[in-house]
Order: sequence, then C-alpha cells, then structure tokens
Amino acid sequence: MHWETVIGLEIHVQLACDSKIFSSASTVYGKEQNTQASLIDLGYPGVLPVLNKEAVMMAIKFGLAVEAEIADLSIFARKNYFYPDLPKGYQISQYELPIVSHGQLAITLDDGTDKIIGITRAHLEEDAGKSIHDKFSDTTAIDLNRAGTPLLEIVSEPELSSAKEAILYMQKIHQLVRYLKISDGNMQEGSFRCDANVSLKPKENTRLGTRAEIKNINSFRFVESAINFEVDRQKEILEQGGSVVQETRLYDSDAKETRSMRTKEEANDYRYFPDPDLLPVKIDKGIIEKITASLPELFDKKVDRYVSTLSIKRVDAIEIAKNIELAEYFEDALNTYNGNPQLLANWMLTEVMAILNKDKIEIANLSITAQSLSQLIQRIDDGTISSTIAKNIFSQLIESKMDVDELIKEQGLEQISDTTEIEQIVITVLKEHQEQKDQYLAGKEQVLGFLIGKVMQKTQGKANPKLVNDLMVKILSNN
Amino acid sequence: MERFTVKAIQNMLSDKQINAAELFDLYSSRITDYDQSFNAFITSDVEPNVEYITDDKNQESLSDAALTGIPYAAKDIFCTQGIRTTCGSKMLENFIPPYDATVIKNLKQQGAVLLGKTNMDEFAMGSSNETSYFGSVHNPWDRERTPGGSSGGSAAAVAAGLAPIALGTDTGGSIRQPAAFTGITGLKPTYGRCSRYGMVAFASSLDQAGILALSAEDTAIFLESMAGFDPLDSTSVEESVPQYSQYLEENIKGKIIGLPKEFFDGSLASPYEALVAESIDSYKKLGIVFKEISLPNIGYSVPTYYVVAPAECSSNLARYDGVRFGYHSKNIEDLDEFYRTNRQIGFGEEVKRRIITGTYVLSAGYYDAYYLKAQKVRQLINQDFERAFESVDIILGPTTQTSAFKLGEKVDDPVSMYMNDIYTISSNLAGLPAISHPIGFVQGLPYGLQLIAPHFKEHDLLNLTHQYQKVTDWHQMMPKLSMSSESNN
Repeated sequence: MHWETVIGLEIHVQLACDSKIFSSASTVYGKEQNTQASLIDLGYPGVLPVLNKEAVMMAIKFGLAVEAEIADLSIFARKNYFYPDLPKGYQISQYELPIVSHGQLAITLDDGTDKIIGITRAHLEEDAGKSIHDKFSDTTAIDLNRAGTPLLEIVSEPELSSAKEAILYMQKIHQLVRYLKISDGNMQEGSFRCDANVSLKPKENTRLGTRAEIKNINSFRFVESAINFEVDRQKEILEQGGSVVQETRLYDSDAKETRSMRTKEEANDYRYFPDPDLLPVKIDKGIIEKITASLPELFDKKVDRYVSTLSIKRVDAIEIAKNIELAEYFEDALNTYNGNPQLLANWMLTEVMAILNKDKIEIANLSITAQSLSQLIQRIDDGTISSTIAKNIFSQLIESKMDVDELIKEQGLEQISDTTEIEQIVITVLKEHQEQKDQYLAGKEQVLGFLIGKVMQKTQGKANPKLVNDLMVKILSNN
Repeated sequence: MERFTVKAIQNMLSDKQINAAELFDLYSSRITDYDQSFNAFITSDVEPNVEYITDDKNQESLSDAALTGIPYAAKDIFCTQGIRTTCGSKMLENFIPPYDATVIKNLKQQGAVLLGKTNMDEFAMGSSNETSYFGSVHNPWDRERTPGGSSGGSAAAVAAGLAPIALGTDTGGSIRQPAAFTGITGLKPTYGRCSRYGMVAFASSLDQAGILALSAEDTAIFLESMAGFDPLDSTSVEESVPQYSQYLEENIKGKIIGLPKEFFDGSLASPYEALVAESIDSYKKLGIVFKEISLPNIGYSVPTYYVVAPAECSSNLARYDGVRFGYHSKNIEDLDEFYRTNRQIGFGEEVKRRIITGTYVLSAGYYDAYYLKAQKVRQLINQDFERAFESVDIILGPTTQTSAFKLGEKVDDPVSMYMNDIYTISSNLAGLPAISHPIGFVQGLPYGLQLIAPHFKEHDLLNLTHQYQKVTDWHQMMPKLSMSSESNN
C-alpha cells in the first residue's frame, strides 16, 4: 500500500523580551541557577501575574507577517498539571481565543514550486523551569531561571508531507522570527524547539491516521531524523496489519530513535480554564495599524529587490538574505558604496563568509565594519589597490581595527599604474627569465602567466594586473 | 475593659493621652490576657513597627499619614514580610513571606501598626472558622459558638476589643457573616477596589480584601488608606479612591433601597425577621424609600459559587506541592507519591473536598456542564443586579439566616454549612460592594443586616450605615469578657 505522511509542527519560540511574560525578572540565558526568578516566577503564595505588553506586540507582529487574524479579544488560560519545574502547578497559556489564528506561510520546494502551509494558531504562554537530572547522583535539581520566559507557540496545520517539508517549514519560521526580531532563534539555548505530530494514512483516505507526538526536538537535523524514524516505525506497524497507538514520544538523538513517553490514556487532563488573575487582552485597530507599518521587509521581498533593483544574481541574493544579520550588514555596506552591488555581494559570499565559517562567529562579532568593507571595495573599483591587495588588507582588518585608506597609505599598497615603471619591471623580468621568454616566443603561450606572476612578485602584488598583462604581451610581440 | 474605635484612638493620639508604643503595648497585653479564650490570633508576637513611626527620619513621610499609630490586626491570609503567614493551614505552618501584601504596605505607609495575624478557616474555606489547622475561634458573645468564618479571628478580635479594627477577606461572605455573628461592622468592597497582591488566593475572581470594624466611620477611615489601583494586580481597577469619611454625613433622605422578594420569601425565622423589619423602620425614619424588587436568578448563587470557587481553588492551591514550600514529606522516592502524601497531610478535609470538587468540574467532559454553565449563570446574576440598580440605590437583605451557631453543629454537614452564605454570595459573584452592620440581638447573640451597592459605591454603604449607627447603639454593644483561665490562676 502507498502510505502518505502527514505532519503538523508545534514550534515553541522564545520571544526576545528583556523581562519575563508575567514578571519583571530578566530573561538573560545562562545565569547562575535560580537567580533570575522573581517571587512571581517562583509561584509564591499571594503573587499575581502582570502581562508583559512587549510579548503581545511580538505575537501580533508574527501574526501580521503570516497574514493571520489577530484576535481583538484574546484570553489567557491555565493549563493545570503537576511537575516540579512548574512552580504554580499550572502553566499560563492560551486555549480558546489565541492571539493569532488562521495564518499561512509559503515554503519553496526543491523543484522551485511554492507550497502554502496553514498556520492554525499562534499563542502566548510562559515557559516552565528546568529539571536537571544529571547533576546530582540521586536527586533531581530544579532551575527556575527559565520559568516565565515568554514563548510563542506556533501550530501548523497537518499539511507537511515529508521530513524534508517539515524542515523547510521550520527553517522558514526560524528565518521569519529572526527577521521580525522577535526571537534570537538560538536552538542550542532552547529558544527555538519543536514538537512534531506524525501520522500515516493510505493515499486514497481523507481521514487522518492515528498520530504520535514527538516532543521537544531542538535541531533541524533531529527533526528530520526523528520524523523519518517515526514514519518508518508507523509504516512497519501498519503494513503488518497493526494500528498506531496515540501517544507522546521522545526523540533520543544518540540512538536516533523515538521512544514512547506516555499513551493517550496516561495523558494529563489539563483542565484548561480562563486565568482569573489576568484580564482579557484587547487589541485595537490602532495597534495593529502601527505594527503593520513597522513590519520590516521580509525575505521574499528582499530577495526580489536585490535581484531587480541591485541586479544581484538570484542565488547570491538568496544566500545573503537567508540570514537577516548578513543582509543588514550587506545593506549597511551598500549605503556608503557607489560601485556595483554584485561586487559587494561577491565579497560577502566569499571573503566574509570564509571568515565567519573559519572563526565560527556570527556577523555581529566580525571586527570589520560594513563601512570598512565598503571602503575597501571602493578602492578596488577606483583602481587604488588590486583585489589581491584588498584581500591582504581584509585579513589585516580582521586582526586590528584600522582605517582602510590610512592602511593603504602607511604600507604603500597603492597599485602601480605607472606605465613606465611597469615597463621597466617587465623588461627586467624578461631579462632574468630568458628561457621562458624564448618558450613564449616559440609559441608556448602558457608561460605568460608565469612571467606576469614574476612581475607581480617584484611589485608585491601592487602592479595593476591588467596593465602588466598588456605591457608584457606588447613587449614580447615587439621582439 | 473599653473598646476604642479608630476615631477615638486618633483623638487620644492627637491629644497626646497615649502614644503609639503605649497603644501597641495596651493591645498586646489584651491579646496575651484574653486571647486564650478566643484563639483569635495565630501569630501575635510580632515586632511592632512603632519604631518606624517614631523614627525621626520617617517624620516627613508620615506627616500626612492618615493612620499613624493606629493598631490593627490582619487575617493570616495577607502576606507580611518577615511575619509568618499560615493561611490557617498546616501547609503554610512555617511560611514566612519575603514581602508585604499591597494592602499591608499601604497601611504601613500610612503609619498603621500591625498587632498580629488572625485565625481563619484554612485557605479561607469555611463559614465557622472550624477548618483552621490552628483550632476553632470562639465567639466572644458565647464561647460555645462560632464567630463565623472565614475571617472569624478578625471578627472575634475586634468584637472582644483585642484590636480596634482588622482586615479580612471575603470570597462568599467571609467578612460579612462573621461581622454579623460578632455584632460588628464588616465591609466587602467592590471586586478590584483593593489589591489582591499578597493575599493568598482562594478563588481569584471572587476574593476581595475588606475591613471588620466597630463602626462605619472606622471602616471609612481605613478603607481610604487601604484601597486603590495596584499595578501588580491586573484585576484591580484604575479608579480614584474617594475620601470615604467625607461621605458619612451626606444627606440620605430620598435614597431608594430595594428589597428583593427572593431575600424575603418567608424562610427567615421570625425573631430575625422582626429585627430586619425594625431596622427597615429605622431607615424609613431616616427618610429612606423602600421598594420591592426581584433578583430572579439569585437562587442559583450558592450552586454557582460552589462550582466557580472550587474550580479556581483547585488550580490556585496546586502550588502547594511540597517542592518549594509547604508541608514536605521525607524519604519518598516516587514523585506522584510525594505529591499525594504532602497534600494529603498538608491540607485539611474541607480544602481537599473543594480541590476535588474543583478538579472535577474542570475535567474534560464536565467543563461545559459545570464550569461553563456556572459562568453563564454568573452573568445572569450580574444582569439581575444591573437591572435592579436601574431603579434602586442600594439593595437590603439579611446577612445570615440565623445568629451564630454552635461550634461543631454543622461541621459534618458541608451543604448546610455552605447554605450559610446564601445571602452574601451573590455580591461576590457580581463583584459588588456589600456591608453588614449589627441590628440587634436574638437570645443574647448579635444579628446583622446587609446592604449591597453598585460597583464602587462603597461611600453609599458607609454613608447609610453611619447614619443608622448615629441613631442606634447596636454597634456599641460589647460582650462581657473574662480573663482566660490560665491568666486567672
């Protein structure tokens, strides 16, 4: 039988708010355990939550970016369950009336076509703390620093039909939240994680099969491997005539397999009800208009603009726009640059990327400013330096902050474009390399490169390579 | 022994007949001498903040303070920084809050001096103060009887003169019923009038802090300092606080009081009916016009309440699991077993009954039939009041069906205990302010009358009650006290 895979994702995005969703405690990651939890996060008797408006703004921003409906009245609900890292014994989340519903997002498949994925809803909630099981031999430790961190849970329709599509969708959401600057999307720190609902059904059936939910997967690679494992597992069960059990499963990244955590019967009854400590959130049109006006240019538009108005090759435009910080750096550099944007793009994708990959750093931590880069390339364009020298300067700029022009001047790196001077050097080189000269004259044109290289060597690369080439050919042909 | 009103104490302080430290000592020694008979206080060995009000450097901020030196007691549900706050439960037997509830802070800033923390039904769940882990409170009018609940300790303390005034909370009648049972004045303000921040939650949509006092005048003086919007409580309302004491002498002639026929359906025993009729006469003499009205859905108040309140409580009390605080059992390996044991031992019977009820009504498959339906009925009750207040200024009714009943009388019959709140619960469901004031005695036991006003019309309640108290002296009646046996020996 031909089985069709049906996947829906629930992505948990930690919002980039400075303080928690219901308290004023800081959300900075990696601080000493239990130092970033206020009485509210600790669930002390008598304390009450107060909603962080910034989190609401961010959720609206996301909703608008995925063309969703923004609820004019949205309600927080309590999700009740007991767990040691859940201080209040309930999580404040949203159940009925989430802030965002009925959105959509297009993913681009390998064959270049777009597929629209429905976004059922996106709601605000607080994160729980962390249970640490491996620090002490026979005790579980609780760290409540994360408790109360604002989350946006983005729920897709079950419209993804392969692990590959799931990854594309997840990457697209990841890129979007970073574009909107509502999350750092840091997966190692758990700022971006996902639950996958996976089920199979015979192709001709319209009714969905029984699903398994794989919890808390925190990398693109793991999502792919977890879904593939799960699809194979379910296929095997179904093909042997068995039926899939509705359950929650955990992905073990070491064993590369999913394992049952609890079945439907063992699942909690969360007893959702509206949180009486929080008033319904009213969102008026004015706020939505304001946020709409402040929405940044998103990926697709940016790529189109790079191609149409900057005449950058589409592949390069995509490569730069993929990462919002890279794109912003690029645009910063472009602001002070008068030359061909494609040249700047080339530099971004070769020299700049090489450094980022080599040093494993983000562009934000690159020591060369966008202005310096633009200045450097400007000097290639106006013939002051050769691109070889430019690469040399680029390496120096990484080591220490300096002004490009000063550096060129100080180290005498200006390009030699003086015909007489180059002529002299060409003649000297030809004298020193009689053998190669003879070979060339005998018709072996490949040695030209060698001879030009010698001239460049003598000028420490400063000679204008085109001029060297022209003069060399001219002088040789005069022989 | 003499009971001093807040007003009288203010005069004594300004005449320099007594100072704040002496006042604190006076009441402290009264508590020491008499409270063994009543068990009104759970914690009374508090360090007075008299130093704060006598310290030179605080004089400037205190120069405008309204309550400098006034001693008061607070129900043990209000978090008090550095002072144990038990909420009447074994679960919080050793809980010392690191912060003050907003109302406590407000009063502190106005120079009021905390005498101690009063006994209460466990987590405010009860109508007789018998569910307290720290033992029942005895009614100063008759030690065999309940002072009512859940603010029974506050009521007994004020009635007996162990504190001039006390804070309570009212979720379904927990201020008004004990006030009626002990012959004092008790005000439950509008929901959202006083901050709930720092008040241990029972049922969040119903809980409201209020005052138990000797008079409407004292209540007005305290409410001015205690009430107000609090950014820490999203359900507190951003509405300015009137100077309540300035409204006490307003002319009440021509005000219209509604008498809901559902409150006067003949179910009140005749001695109580007679007292209510008598007080209505007094109000008539003051120029009040009476009108019969109807609150058709009011009969659903008790069942509605006993769905909504337990639902909220089942969730609010989930945090008491023994992991961070609360009763913590040792040597249990299994997590579920750990929770079960902590909560089985840490909570009393009534609290467990309500947690179980609340868990049930919120469960999948039952939510719509119970919780959702209760919320709809609540809306209807709200609308009943809204409609009534289109034609009347105030609604009047009894506070309770009887005067104080005997300790142990209803403790094994939860439904009959729940019916205690039959007159009081509807104003909690609708978030309305309501006051109970004494109107006489039946067989030596005080009895009270309830007035309910539209939202944020506390000043009308205080105005009417004050005018009534100017022409009557029920509120001045005081129980005869004897020193507790131990201090007699």
